[in-house]
Amino acid sequence: MINTPQQTKKLQSKLGRVRGLGSTREGVHHWWAQRMSAVALLPLSLWFVYSLITLTGTDYEAFHAWAGEFGNAVFLVLLVVTMFHHAQLGLQVVIEDYVHSEVWKMGMLLFVKYATVLFAASAIFAVLKIALAG
Amino acid sequence: MPDDTRPLSPHLQVYRPQITSMLSITHRATGVFLAFAALLLAYWLASAAYGPEAFNRAQEFLESWFGRLVLFAFTFSLFYHMCNGIRHLGWDALWGFELPTLRVTGVLVIIISMSLTVFSWLMAYGHTDKL
Repeated sequence: MINTPQQTKKLQSKLGRVRGLGSTREGVHHWWAQRMSAVALLPLSLWFVYSLITLTGTDYEAFHAWAGEFGNAVFLVLLVVTMFHHAQLGLQVVIEDYVHSEVWKMGMLLFVKYATVLFAASAIFAVLKIALAG
Repeated sequence: MPDDTRPLSPHLQVYRPQITSMLSITHRATGVFLAFAALLLAYWLASAAYGPEAFNRAQEFLESWFGRLVLFAFTFSLFYHMCNGIRHLGWDALWGFELPTLRVTGVLVIIISMSLTVFSWLMAYGHTDKL
C-alpha cells in the first residue's frame, strides 16, 4: 500500500481532508463518477447488445412493441443517461489533456457538456414518446 | 501558461510502442469513438419516435454496407472499452500492476473483445435470414 491513512493525513490540511479536496481542488468526484457510471454501464451495455441481437432486422411496429415494454423502456432511459454522462466525463479528460489553448479548451468543454445533455434529453424524450404514446 | 513550443511527454517520435501504451491509447480512442455511437443511438431512438418513414430511413442506413461497417466498429470498440475498463477497475483496486500480469491481461482484453464482437454478429444474423 502506498498511502496509509496516517501518511495521507500528514500531507493534507484537516479541512482539505474533510472536504475530500485533492491537488486540483476538485477532490475525487470526477474520478468516482467515471467509475460509478462505468460499473453501471457493464450490465446496461451487455443488455443493450443482447437486445440489438434479438432486434436485428426488426421493423417499425416490432421495435415500438419492444421499446414500449416497461422494463425495456426503463433500461433504455438508464442506458442513455449513464452512457452520455460517462461520455461527457471521458471527453472532458481527453480535451483537458490534449487541448492546450485556454479558449479552445473552455469552448470545447462547454460544447461537449451541452451537446451530451441535449442528445441525452432528446433520446429520453424519444423513449418516453414511444413507450407512452405507442 | 506553457509555451506552445515546449516538447510534450511522452516524446512520441522516439517512444518505442509497447503493448501497455498501445492498449492505453486505444482505450481513449475507442472511448471518443463510442461517443459517436451514443449519438447514433440517440438518432435511432428519435427516428423511431418520429414515425415509420424516419425509422425506415435509419434502418436503411444501418443495414447498408457502410452502416454495418460502422456498427461492427462500434461493437468492437464497446467490447474493447468494456474489457479494458474492467482492467482499469482492477488497477483502481490495486490489482494487476506487475509487468507480466499487465501483458497477460492486455492480451486477454484483445482476444476476449474480438471474440465477443464476432460472437455477437454471428448471433445477430444467425436467427434471421436478412443478410
